[in-house]
Amino acid sequence: MVKELKAEVKKLNFYYGRVQALKEINLPIERRKVSALIGPSGCGKTTFLRCFNRMHDLYPHNRYEGEIILHPDNVNIISPQMDPIEVRMQISMVFQKPNPFPKSIYENVAYGLRVRGVSKREVLDEKVEKSLRGAVLWDEVKDRLNHLAFDLSGGQQQRLCIARALATNPRILLFDEPTSALDPTATLKIEELIVELKNEVTIIIVTHNMQQAARVSDYTAFMYLGEIVEYDKTDRIFTAPSNKLTEEYITGRFG
Amino acid sequence: MEDIKKRIRITKFLDYIFAIVGLLSTLVGLALLFTLMTDLFMDGFPRLGYKFFASFPSRFPDEAGILSAWVGSFLVLLVTASAAIPIGVAAGIYLEEYAGKNWLTNIIEINIANLAGVPSIVYGLLALVVFVYFFKFGESILTGGLALALLILPMVIMATREAIRAIPNSIREASYALGATKWQTVQFHIIPYSTGGILTGIIIGLSRAIGETAPIITVGALTFIAFLPSSPFSSEFPFISFKWLFDPFTVMPIQMFNWVSRPQHEFQLNAAAAGIVLMMMTLLMNGFAIYIRYRFRKKIKW
Ligand SMILES: Nc1ncnc2c1ncn2[C@@H]1O[C@H](COP(=O)(O)OP(=O)(O)O)[C@@H](O)[C@H]1O
Ligand SMILES: [Mg+2]
Repeated sequence: MVKELKAEVKKLNFYYGRVQALKEINLPIERRKVSALIGPSGCGKTTFLRCFNRMHDLYPHNRYEGEIILHPDNVNIISPQMDPIEVRMQISMVFQKPNPFPKSIYENVAYGLRVRGVSKREVLDEKVEKSLRGAVLWDEVKDRLNHLAFDLSGGQQQRLCIARALATNPRILLFDEPTSALDPTATLKIEELIVELKNEVTIIIVTHNMQQAARVSDYTAFMYLGEIVEYDKTDRIFTAPSNKLTEEYITGRFG
Repeated sequence: MEDIKKRIRITKFLDYIFAIVGLLSTLVGLALLFTLMTDLFMDGFPRLGYKFFASFPSRFPDEAGILSAWVGSFLVLLVTASAAIPIGVAAGIYLEEYAGKNWLTNIIEINIANLAGVPSIVYGLLALVVFVYFFKFGESILTGGLALALLILPMVIMATREAIRAIPNSIREASYALGATKWQTVQFHIIPYSTGGILTGIIIGLSRAIGETAPIITVGALTFIAFLPSSPFSSEFPFISFKWLFDPFTVMPIQMFNWVSRPQHEFQLNAAAAGIVLMMMTLLMNGFAIYIRYRFRKKIKW
């Protein structure tokens, strides 16, 4: 099978004010695969991930240089001409801590559609069910869609956030350490879900947990001090890394 | 060892002293309040009845009532709320969600905080110049209501800002990440989640406005009014009328002041009765504010 690219990062530099947080990043993102970003805390994983949906545009003094080309449209999503809202309409994100809205389970999932002007009850009902099924949460919540999302457990809340992100059929789904606030059982469920989801959507996941990267991802990029040190198939990174630094990191000698 | 024990004894003794001083201070406050309330109730309670609420002021103390005063207070407050709520809430939302953080917004922020501490009569003077002399609204309900709106505007803005600041940033990010615009985020999240705090601030502001006398006197409220403002409903199209906005008026605290300044003892009883009514209104409004806060706290926990 020919590899198909969903996105390509080219010479990406990113600055928080005067501080450069990402340096000359080049990275291919394979379509319908899981790409993992690993590296020690503070190396820029979150910063990099948030470039993909232009979250940095929400705060002043942040600056991008370079390109992130989204295929097949071949547009640079970080160019100043590109409307960040248009980017976020296509690239969804699941955050480190579950952050459901203080609304009903139903309204949480429907929100992305409402933002897009969908208000027909049948359309919403159908999409909400489909997304909740997609996030393997439907059976647990189908009888209480009108309950507050806060009544769910942490793991369920995170799966709700995944359903919320899925409802708008994103082309790329970003995960920023989605299980770092969850217990092992909930973590396992989310990991299974991510593997399941890649049949439909391209996934980029940041994780500080190397076993997790090894379990869920097809490709792994190791980042250090704002740069990508090594990028390869996940099994190669974890069995035969070509860079000394990568080897030291995955064998737990630093980080 | 003996040393340490001695120190502990001394500290405990100081503890004990402070507890007593604190208790006494609390009791002084409570006792004063209690005396005031009983005095007010003993004097005023017998006067409270349907007739008191339904009568205009009069030369005869036992025929006088607070009809024009409570209607005036109500209408003035209506104007105050209609002006201060939209402007204050919009300003608060703008400052929190839209304005950048720079020296200009810092100055605005400090100024608003200071405005809340300006003596109320200064707002009266401002309203006199702006609404009576410049806009020619007259010594009317509209002017009185707007004067009080100026007074509570800083409170509404600050309550709005505080309520908005309590919303965690992760909620905003979640909304934006789904492709929402700023206004969608404000409309679907910021406003609904801060409503409890905003309403509380508004009600506390209004309950302060209802007791204000100085700015209302400054803009020329009358102390003796034996008629009601014109009706808000009319028999011809469009069936509502805003003529009442430009009518002269009086309010509860001014009516009280008028009675207190009379030499006859009977009028003092009327003043006490009006005081009870005014205090009940304030207490009810504050109670309502507490209830709203409680309801929203129960629903939204971050
Ligand atoms: N808002 C910000 N302003 C300035 N510097 C930041 C900001 N956020 C993160 N950084 C810095 O950028 C670097 C990368 O941070 P981050 O992307 O959060 O790392 P990671 O997710 O890999 O732990 C760190 O040195 C951090 O201190
Ligand atoms: Mg991070």
